[in-house]
Amino acid sequence: MTMTSSVTARGAAGLGGSFSPAMLGRAARDAFVKLDPRKLLGNPVIFATEIVAILASISTVLAIKDHGAWGFALQIALWLWATVLFANFAESVAEGRGKAAADSLRATRVTTKAKLIVDPKTGTIVPTPAHQLGVGQIVLVEAGDVVPADGEIIEGVASVNEAAITGESAPVIRESGGDRSAVTGGTTVVSDWIKVRITSEAGATFLDRMIAMVEGADRRKTPNEIALAVLLAGLTLIFLIAVVTLLGLGAYSGVTLDPMVLGALFICLIPTTIGGLLSAVGIAGMDRLLKVNVLATSGRAVEAAGDVDTLLLDKTGTITFGNRMATELIAAPGVRPDMMLRATLLASLGDQTPEGRSILELGRNQGLVLEAPEGATVIPFSAMTRQSGLDAGPDGNGDRWRKGAVDAVLKDAGLAPGEAPAEFSAAVDRIARSGGTPLAVSENGVLFGVIHLKDVVKPNVKARFADLRRMGLRTVMITGDNPVTAAAIASEAGVDDFLAEATPEDKLRLIREEQGKGRLVAMCGDGANDAPALAQSDVGVAMQTGAQAAREAGNMVDLDSDPTKVIEIVEVGKQMLITRGALTTFSIANDVAKYFAIIPALFVVAMPALGALNVMHLASPKSAILSAVIFNALVIIALIPLALRGVKYRAIGAAKLLQRNLLVYGLGGIVAPFVGIKLIDLIVSNIGLV
Amino acid sequence: MNPQGWAEIVLTIAVTVGLAWPLGLYMARVWKGERTWLDPVLKPVERLIYAGCGVKPDAFAAKGGQGWLAYAMSFLAFSIASFVILYLTLRFQNLLPLNPQGFAGLSPDLAFNTSVSFITNTNWQAYVPETTLSTFSQMAGLTSHNFLSAAAGIALAAAVARAFAANRSENLGDFWVDLTRISLYILLPFSIVIALAYVALGEPQTLIANVTAHTLEGAKQTIALFPTASQEAIKQFGTNGGGIFNANSAHPFENPNAITNLIEIISMNVLSYACVVAFGRIVLAAKEARALVAVMAIFVLGASAAIYATETQRAPALAAAHADASVNMEGKEVRFGAPSTAVWAANTTGASDGGVNGMHDSFMPLGGGVAMFMIQLGEMLPGGVGSGLYGMVVMALIAVFVAGLMVGRTPEYLGKKVEAREIKYAMLAVLILPLAILGFSGVAAVLPVALKGLANPGAHGLSEILYAYSSATGNNGSAFAGLSANTPWWNTTLGIAMLLGRFAYAVPVLAIAGSLAAKPKLGATTGTFPTDGPLFIGLLIGVILIMGGLQFFPALALGPIVEHFQALHAVAAR
Repeated sequence: MTMTSSVTARGAAGLGGSFSPAMLGRAARDAFVKLDPRKLLGNPVIFATEIVAILASISTVLAIKDHGAWGFALQIALWLWATVLFANFAESVAEGRGKAAADSLRATRVTTKAKLIVDPKTGTIVPTPAHQLGVGQIVLVEAGDVVPADGEIIEGVASVNEAAITGESAPVIRESGGDRSAVTGGTTVVSDWIKVRITSEAGATFLDRMIAMVEGADRRKTPNEIALAVLLAGLTLIFLIAVVTLLGLGAYSGVTLDPMVLGALFICLIPTTIGGLLSAVGIAGMDRLLKVNVLATSGRAVEAAGDVDTLLLDKTGTITFGNRMATELIAAPGVRPDMMLRATLLASLGDQTPEGRSILELGRNQGLVLEAPEGATVIPFSAMTRQSGLDAGPDGNGDRWRKGAVDAVLKDAGLAPGEAPAEFSAAVDRIARSGGTPLAVSENGVLFGVIHLKDVVKPNVKARFADLRRMGLRTVMITGDNPVTAAAIASEAGVDDFLAEATPEDKLRLIREEQGKGRLVAMCGDGANDAPALAQSDVGVAMQTGAQAAREAGNMVDLDSDPTKVIEIVEVGKQMLITRGALTTFSIANDVAKYFAIIPALFVVAMPALGALNVMHLASPKSAILSAVIFNALVIIALIPLALRGVKYRAIGAAKLLQRNLLVYGLGGIVAPFVGIKLIDLIVSNIGLV
Repeated sequence: MNPQGWAEIVLTIAVTVGLAWPLGLYMARVWKGERTWLDPVLKPVERLIYAGCGVKPDAFAAKGGQGWLAYAMSFLAFSIASFVILYLTLRFQNLLPLNPQGFAGLSPDLAFNTSVSFITNTNWQAYVPETTLSTFSQMAGLTSHNFLSAAAGIALAAAVARAFAANRSENLGDFWVDLTRISLYILLPFSIVIALAYVALGEPQTLIANVTAHTLEGAKQTIALFPTASQEAIKQFGTNGGGIFNANSAHPFENPNAITNLIEIISMNVLSYACVVAFGRIVLAAKEARALVAVMAIFVLGASAAIYATETQRAPALAAAHADASVNMEGKEVRFGAPSTAVWAANTTGASDGGVNGMHDSFMPLGGGVAMFMIQLGEMLPGGVGSGLYGMVVMALIAVFVAGLMVGRTPEYLGKKVEAREIKYAMLAVLILPLAILGFSGVAAVLPVALKGLANPGAHGLSEILYAYSSATGNNGSAFAGLSANTPWWNTTLGIAMLLGRFAYAVPVLAIAGSLAAKPKLGATTGTFPTDGPLFIGLLIGVILIMGGLQFFPALALGPIVEHFQALHAVAAR
């Protein structure tokens, strides 16, 4: 019954695997490639670090040439390079998983020839390379063939193995007409044949887009990333001013400042930690989505997911299981409950619908399992009689059990609508009011009672919606049900609002209305008629099994086609923002300790009185500076796992979340470097590095 | 240190904040253009001014206000015109009436410096007023700008408040209407009341220039008088700080007794706090405004305590010499003592006022350092009238942005999303402080022409340089005495620092306001970053210290901090 557990085994695509030594090796190599200053221009903090590293290297070379003391300078220069490399490595590692996934996707690209139908009348086929197919052309795909490009089935029905895209190996049915007519290039037809009209050029297919997405080829900075980059650039400038002006202030005070040390101070003060990890956090966010089998077209969409205010959820499949289930039997007056149960089960023995099975399940739970009597005949449901059941013998002989629409069963029992027993009518009313469906049961034309069929709300959704509410999200249930039924289910599931008897136009209107109030809206959909709403919403999750139009309109595609996924997507978005904020706070808070390490070291020779500021009691000015630089570099490496994994998201409300994270990353950010620099200083001074 | 001293400090701050509340609520009515109890008297005057200036009287209504650019242009145009007129007035005061002492016109650089100083609400005074300025220059030139520069600052605060209240609107109000209403309904009436109180308490208010006194020793002494009380009122109420006498509020005519001292301290902060209260009223965010006030008051309290603590120490050298000096009384008025001087110093440096009742130069090194640090933090604690509010809002935006992501949403402040555009302008504004303060100090510290003006060598001399540029950039105007600043170098560079501190900060702030106003106003949810509780107060304090203050730490280490340790060492070595 669960829809979430459908995908377990990853197929050929192998999206979102873990790190292999080979991937780390590739990342390490990429870290050096990224040293190219042109590649670092987009990251002012790391760019500045590289410039200082270059200057420090030159100064070291000059010192060696002049036979000066170069050991200290060399170490500083090397650690500055290490800082840049660590930052590059963080980004490379983050990209690594996407690249690996892209490689395996590329392997599934079609290389065989497609069967192009050049003349629809005669059905003449010309084998054509897949990359030469144009939009609008029609190809024949038979059992065993790979679908050459994305398209729409115009004729035929086939089972298609989509493992290459979704990782799910069980084949799905694709047929012409309706919402299941889209096929994806790279998938394989397992049985039968279909004629497909090509809808996308080579290079622009779903597979191509998917490769581009996982690879992050056109990764653009998200709005928040841009704002953060501006902040970091501003801070870099502020510290540049603070350090450069020290030349003048120091000269006045009679302090000779070693440019190498000033450079080290500058690098320690600018936010290298977040500067080095910023892009890794963004890539890792998309990667985490990939892990739950969701493809985002842009980082912007992931970020928007964290900002979502209103979540539109389809009732069926998301909030309820989608099938009505029997939950209760109410016997008519004068009928013993056990007789009612027996009649109900007998009437349902031949019913293979989910409703029927749920009735048998209810019996089993109450300890009663019945076999059909020998020679019994199953009476199937018909639109005419609006009931189904079982006859004990052939041709209407023997006992007859029926269940069906209340008025139909009453009519059979010879009762006019007003003549039904009061208790029975009351029960029927109550069931209808609560949003359920009443089914009447009769034995041999005698009314026995009523079955309560209910749209059962999935377990845990209520708690999940409560979590969302704590995080400030409003949930709106969308359903085609009438308002009474919708209200009952809405209140049971604990959603904030519902839209009953909803048409696609209503959905679109609701989204526009919410957006008009400045809210961001997320939704999922699969039908072609969902496309406008998907396009309008800020986070539109299209189901991979859905119509081509829907997949084009959304900015995310769920490969598992699981509508509950939208909740996870929101959580991943939030986690990405939290991680970014936590690392920024940590990075900026680090500065306090670094000042106390470097400032006394900088001035203490000329002004011994300032030794009083050496609160950490670092061994010597040189070891203090080197320790601060080493800490600054190592902290990037130390935080890579956090940047990739993300700070744990807890649905505890903004105030508590802030309090917690401020304590850990703000206060922790102030304290950690005091401890770290002191420890490094102990090591540096004891093994005699300076 | 004693309980009376602490009580004085705490009570002074508490009374100031308490009085700010009703004043702020009244001010909100003025900003909104609503009826006030002064309407019967002032409405006709207001109409007359609009008619005379061609301002459309209904311009501040919901429609027809200015966008941020128009508002900024009006502000700049007004300031430029003010500068030109004031410059000419000072330069040619010898040709103008009311010059009983027959003072000459000011030199070009001094006229530049002084004009900039007064149009930027700084009131840095590179001259000895009683021997330099004519009564006309004082009254028509400077005092009028004490009102107008203050009103312009408050007008910007009103525009920022409207930006947060707006929902997808361009309208920030009308600068000319704001300027008129704030001057008429707030600055003028309160200044008149305060001035009358000062007169009653013994401050001179006369057009007679001097009286001549014959002392007991038989010497002849010329004592300058001036219309002191009226200037004193707006000097403090508008966070101007420019005294009519060189000794400022340490002068017995400017500040004769403990009562005037108390009124002056309160009046130099109350309007800045009131701007925050009015902001909270306009934006419908009283709790959030209260948090901002709390941050301001905590800083002032902390700085007062720190200065009180340092100034009740014995100077190490005196202690070592076994001199009878229980408290560092150098540079303090015996009438006021250490606690009153401490709370004044914290208030005046926190508030961008710059009036002094003691000489910061003579404080203990750390005491003077604290005063300097308060200015460097950006003059928002509680800052100048209006400018304190928008400075604090800029820091709040940065704080919300840095830490706000940690709740997993694009940060919002008061229902407005904080995005790249706001951060860009906020950083641009914040950048001005280190750029002007450290930039000019770094150059002046090695420039012989600048160093000629220093009275003290060593670390204390560096403190004087740092203090001067901090004071100018922060539009504070108080001075570490000891710097002879009336030279072309100092007049020019300090003038530029004042211009940067005012306009290079205010224009980005208005740009932020324009951007915020155009955004939809969002409702708060449980997912919204809370900006009213102790957590936010703590966060904002941290951000102001770490992001607004830490960059000055290396410079301060070479100035007041090293001086402090050197003093201890010198004594220890003896």
